[in-house]
Amino acid sequence: MNNSPFVRKAASVQSVMLQVLLALLPGIAAYVWFFGPGILVQLALASAAALAGEAAMLAIRGKPKALFLTDLSAIVTAWLIALSFPPIVPWWLTVTGTLLAVVVIKQLYGGLGQNPFNPAMGAFCLMIVAYPALMSQWPAAGQLDFATQLQLIFGGVREVDAITGATPLDALRTALRSAASPDSELHGLRAAQLMDGPAFGWLGGKGGEWVALGYLVGGLWLIQRRIITWHIPVAFCGALFASALVLWGLRPEGFASPLFHLASGGAMLGAFFILTDPVSGATTARGKLLFAAGAGVLTWVIRSFGAYPDGVAFATLLMNILVPLIDMKTQAPVFGHKKD
Amino acid sequence: MLRKLFKFHGGVKPQTNKAPSTTAPIAPVPLPDRLVIPLHQAVGGHPRPLVQPGDRVLKGQRIGGADGSLSSAVHASTSGIVRDVAPALMPHTSGLTTLSVIIEPDGEDRWAELDKLNYRSTPPDELRDFLRDAGVVGLGGAVFPSYAKLKPGKEGHLKTLVINGAECEPFITCDDLLMRERAGDMLKGIVAMRHMLHAEEVLIGIEDNKPEAIAAVQAAIAASGEAGIEAVAIPTRYPAGGAKQLIRVLTGIEVPHGRRSTDFGVQCFNVGTAYSIFEALELGRPLVSRIVTVAGNVAQPRNYEVLIGTPMDHLVRLAGPRADTDRYIMGGPMMGVRMPAFDVPVVKATNCVLVGSPALFPPPPPEMPCIRCGECAKACPADLAPFEMYWFSRSKNFGKAQEYHLFDCIECGCCSFVCPSHIPLVDYFRFSKSEIWAREREKDAADTARDRFEFKNLRQEREKQEKAEKLAAKAAATREKVAAGDAATPAAAGAGAAPAKPSGDDAKRALIEAAMEKARQQKAQAAPKNTEVAAPEIQAEIAAIDARRESAAKATEATPPAPGA
Repeated sequence: MNNSPFVRKAASVQSVMLQVLLALLPGIAAYVWFFGPGILVQLALASAAALAGEAAMLAIRGKPKALFLTDLSAIVTAWLIALSFPPIVPWWLTVTGTLLAVVVIKQLYGGLGQNPFNPAMGAFCLMIVAYPALMSQWPAAGQLDFATQLQLIFGGVREVDAITGATPLDALRTALRSAASPDSELHGLRAAQLMDGPAFGWLGGKGGEWVALGYLVGGLWLIQRRIITWHIPVAFCGALFASALVLWGLRPEGFASPLFHLASGGAMLGAFFILTDPVSGATTARGKLLFAAGAGVLTWVIRSFGAYPDGVAFATLLMNILVPLIDMKTQAPVFGHKKD
Repeated sequence: MLRKLFKFHGGVKPQTNKAPSTTAPIAPVPLPDRLVIPLHQAVGGHPRPLVQPGDRVLKGQRIGGADGSLSSAVHASTSGIVRDVAPALMPHTSGLTTLSVIIEPDGEDRWAELDKLNYRSTPPDELRDFLRDAGVVGLGGAVFPSYAKLKPGKEGHLKTLVINGAECEPFITCDDLLMRERAGDMLKGIVAMRHMLHAEEVLIGIEDNKPEAIAAVQAAIAASGEAGIEAVAIPTRYPAGGAKQLIRVLTGIEVPHGRRSTDFGVQCFNVGTAYSIFEALELGRPLVSRIVTVAGNVAQPRNYEVLIGTPMDHLVRLAGPRADTDRYIMGGPMMGVRMPAFDVPVVKATNCVLVGSPALFPPPPPEMPCIRCGECAKACPADLAPFEMYWFSRSKNFGKAQEYHLFDCIECGCCSFVCPSHIPLVDYFRFSKSEIWAREREKDAADTARDRFEFKNLRQEREKQEKAEKLAAKAAATREKVAAGDAATPAAAGAGAAPAKPSGDDAKRALIEAAMEKARQQKAQAAPKNTEVAAPEIQAEIAAIDARRESAAKATEATPPAPGA
């Protein structure tokens, strides 16, 4: 026997997750267009691994399998992993990363809704620490055909150094560092000049900026669908932009421009799809602003001064740790107590 | 007439389902065979029964007298014979019973002699007593005795009297039809309330999905020529009809939990209450009937003027319930309560009998874990964070739940309505609240017990002390006496061969002697009885021992000088 209310809105976790997946499609389409269909193989691999890991854990934990396997939350995690890993990592790396995300970071913490860390970003950090070389090989747009991609994903021997480079973020940082040294041939060149190479587009990495635009479009659609609110994307992008602006404004020859930061790496994916994960993110309006702004600043710091190619994943995990505190301290006043 | 309206946070827009029951006018209900009138129908004390089985009652005759500082009278809804005064099933989910008066109607529906009242010339206290005895309570669903709310508060006057015609719950249209058909009389009730509250302005809030009602009320205001009364169309958004939300929308004032709205210069009444105040004051008729919407799984949803005590199935039969009907819900689909049986009576709180079926109100899909999406917080009209309260309620961390303002929850159901994980959030909050109340009661009981225990200890301590003081005083007296005796002793001792004992020892000894003597006497008075059953030879032995002890005692007694000699 159930109690009031006897009517409910037609909403479900499944429909929320489905809309997130749909919102990823523009970005995926751009990804395929510029970097080839290899990413689709990675998406399929990750999805299969996620479902298998989830099913096994649900069986062990004695949870209803049909209910939780169809909620699509594992697929969302899988897609975010595939989209944040380099598209040519070997199949076992995608599978291992996904299994770690689903089994360890999600299910061992209690499954759907219980994980303190974003599973996809947790997996990314674990993998980049464990396999720094494999996790840093990004092909340039249009560089590899599908057959080569398949061979790299499933083949045994890799001679990737010859065919792939670092991310535009990485490349620019390296270039800027060498430009700062008087011995370098690049000495004295500014970021804008360094970005003249074939890897760069008009804002960020060539092709990558279009993928970012795809994520932006999907993210705006999620805001319009009221699946996410504006707070996290705005605060994250604002903080990333602002912190990049300060040093770029002071020393444009030493730092990447704010727009480059926004258009590169995982910024857009993070702003609209990763930091907005409600389970591991802040939930109050003020909390979301703080949480995302912190992630924005950390992303810029890690990108500019850290050793890893991108900072979104580490920034996300660091801010995930603070979520309980942020949420507790930013509870909005309730009805009738607003002036207290 | 553009008034600045305010918004309350959150709210939802469920399907209203109101139109079908508004097509026909309010209809009368034929007399049922039997009326079951619960004596406790309003917030506050349980009214005492004033009739006995076999009594003949007239319509409007008081059958339950208000009891205590907050209580409201109950009346016979028709003329007839009292068949029983006994516990009967309440219209409440719990399935509990409550003392009820069961009346068999005589079919004449004859009114008792009715007292009218000129409210303008009656002192306020008398007016309130009159309304208490007329059984007027809030008909919006809260059934709070209206007389208790008709006090203007500390200032002696109010800024705004808010009349609630919002009727935000889906399916329910009883207020809508009342305003359409009886706006003029309702307005008379409002004018009387305004008089009692010394209210500067009256705002009648009506959701804008009831244009006919708004027009009818506006026409009635114009016809009455009263100034400072305004019918205000407010946006249709559940729960705009919650008293706090409506006050917020109309005045911008937020009345916090646990505070009186009169402290903020506002008071709020339902339109149905206004109408029953008109009936009580101008016609002398106590509250014996109300308008009830019958809707949901019926062929013809409609509003009826229903006598209090009418069995719900008698009423629903008129609207043609469908075959798959599996439950009645009292109230609307958002806040209504499921009835334990089909024949429970219509009471003053019954604004709607919502007829349900598995098809109309399917059971919720399986509950999923909370994903902290915050939809509930977005929908909450009390600005709460239901998902946090859910977390703490689930783990029975009630202290934390209260820190997150559990008791500001009005149980409107918006959070459960929007939850994509289908979590029955309101049920968790109801559980937590009742659990906290139960614990507080337990704690109160424990506190009382502890207070009693501590007082007992204190008393025993005090008695012990008093006894000790008494003994000390007695001892001092004895000591004095002994000292007086001692004064003579040294003279005697000086001559005697025995060395004189120190007088302190003597005094102590004397005291001990005195005590022993007293104990002996007490012992003699209440001799131990456990030896009585012993065998005769043992009895003899005991007697011998006793005799020996006696003589020994006498021997020692003889040695010192007899005290007080």
